[in-house]
Amino acid sequence: MDDPRIWLRLRRRPVVWFSVSVLALLAAAAFLLPWLLPADYREPSSLQLAPPSLAHPFGTDLNGRDLLYRVLNGTQISIVVGLAGAAIALFIGTLYGMIAGYAGGRLDAAMMRLVDIFYSVPRLIFILVLINALNEWVKDFAAGLGWEWLVLYSRIAILIFSLGFIEWLTMARIVRGQVLALKNRTFVTAAVALGQGHFRILFRHLLPNLLGVILIYLTLTIPAVIIDESFLSFLGLGVEAPLASLGSLLSSGASAINPIKSSWWLLVFPALVMIFLLLSLNLLGDALRDAADPARNR
Amino acid sequence: MIGFVLRRLAALVLVLFCVITVTFFLIRISPGGPFDQERKLPPAIEKALLAKYKLDGSLWQQYTGYLGDLLRGDLRLSTKYRNRSVNEILAQTLPVTLTLGATAFVLATGLGVWIGTFAAGRHGTPGDTGAMLFALLAISLPAFIVGPLLILIFGLTLRWLPVGGWNGIAYLILPAVTLAAPYVAYIARLMRGSMLETLNQDFVRTARAKGLPDRVVVYKHALRVAILPVVSFLGPLAANLLTGSIVVETIFHIPGAGGFFVNSILNRDGFLLGGVVIVYCAMLVLFNLIVDVAYTFIDRRISLNG
Repeated sequence: MDDPRIWLRLRRRPVVWFSVSVLALLAAAAFLLPWLLPADYREPSSLQLAPPSLAHPFGTDLNGRDLLYRVLNGTQISIVVGLAGAAIALFIGTLYGMIAGYAGGRLDAAMMRLVDIFYSVPRLIFILVLINALNEWVKDFAAGLGWEWLVLYSRIAILIFSLGFIEWLTMARIVRGQVLALKNRTFVTAAVALGQGHFRILFRHLLPNLLGVILIYLTLTIPAVIIDESFLSFLGLGVEAPLASLGSLLSSGASAINPIKSSWWLLVFPALVMIFLLLSLNLLGDALRDAADPARNR
Repeated sequence: MIGFVLRRLAALVLVLFCVITVTFFLIRISPGGPFDQERKLPPAIEKALLAKYKLDGSLWQQYTGYLGDLLRGDLRLSTKYRNRSVNEILAQTLPVTLTLGATAFVLATGLGVWIGTFAAGRHGTPGDTGAMLFALLAISLPAFIVGPLLILIFGLTLRWLPVGGWNGIAYLILPAVTLAAPYVAYIARLMRGSMLETLNQDFVRTARAKGLPDRVVVYKHALRVAILPVVSFLGPLAANLLTGSIVVETIFHIPGAGGFFVNSILNRDGFLLGGVVIVYCAMLVLFNLIVDVAYTFIDRRISLNG
């Protein structure tokens, strides 16, 4: 990643410009636009299931709430969960991969075998059970301390931690592979010869060389966490009302289409926002990976 | 070979034991019992209920009792669907889930390998770029977006296919496509990358130099080597399909095990929940063992000693 040509290669690709501007636009809209909308958009009104119009560009839902406002809020939650969850996954995965790769030998083999096993069990299913087991506890705990905000956001907090906890596997594999390749290079040998400790070698010498790879896989972990969160919310087991993420909006949108009367806008608008969000994140991650390793994409 | 299988079977038992233990305690630490209602039950009735569903005694007694029942193949009674055993519910719903999963599995691997090979063969052409752009789009679209949109288009607008339910082949098409789509794309990308690498190797050059037709070189010589990364993805693929089928079954109102799984969480139906998790994990761990063994038959260079 310290290769300056990477940025040149990146700047030449229109895909990068496309995805960065879509992401910037979505983030700006999600975090700024809700403040600019009229205050009564936030409240339920008597205008139920109104199709898109000038006053309500995305239409309204069953309770007469403005869908644009709800979609923007949902995007906000999805982005925050995606970023925070990916950060946790990055922390666990990097530490795990660095230890496995640096230790090598039997410990490495055992740690990677564990990762293989985790890959092949339905992790999301365990997380579902875990979230529901912990939610009441955290709520009681927060209420006991008088933390009102945590009572409301307890489920999101648990979601972030548990999703970070299941999406670290790929990061661990990649980091380990990179450490294996790096640890036989001369600068590491020199550090060992100078008598530096393991801790110092890991964090002062190896970590800076890993940052590029970590950044690339962070871009690819964010959409994975967003998809997981929406999966849970779609099943009604993720973000709880009155909060709504893109997944819960999609879920109510999916139940709003039927042969008799389809309120298509409830499905189509959240779906479009989600598609643009995920597609541009994946495009950006792919472009970063190709630029850092041009041999991959001959 | 036999030693390897035996060692892996031992590991399988260990993994399953961990899965069962974790699941059991996760369910038991959740606050609130399955019989909590607005009105408190009379103590005598509650006691009888707890005894019937074997929820009495200390946590340790319950745990060992559950392990014993599992060893006998008894997944116990559902606390929500009274008088139905978990075995009975799974016997009815699992075939549905497996049919859906297997169809998606065949679709994902078959189509994915074919598209990947196709794109690699036309590397750099618009066909390749188009296929890969389409693949990226499909990866970015989770089932809960694709499913409802497919229903809206093919079910409600065009009226070509049923929108939901489970009543024959026609009812399988949309759910299987929804479930398989991201994995078709993922395998196509995996296959393309590995095929591009393989086509540059010496043995392929030799085959071409012998004057073999392109079709034979690609499909007979290169494919055998290039398919290996796809084979090692089959285990995680099965896990992802089984997880994904939960949401697909919900979207298309398919009476499979996934719907019961979601409801069992909402209803605090502990043994049904445990039964689904344990059976899913058992199937996946076994499937991974089969894949590992199959791997050696495809690639003789691999020796089994893991």
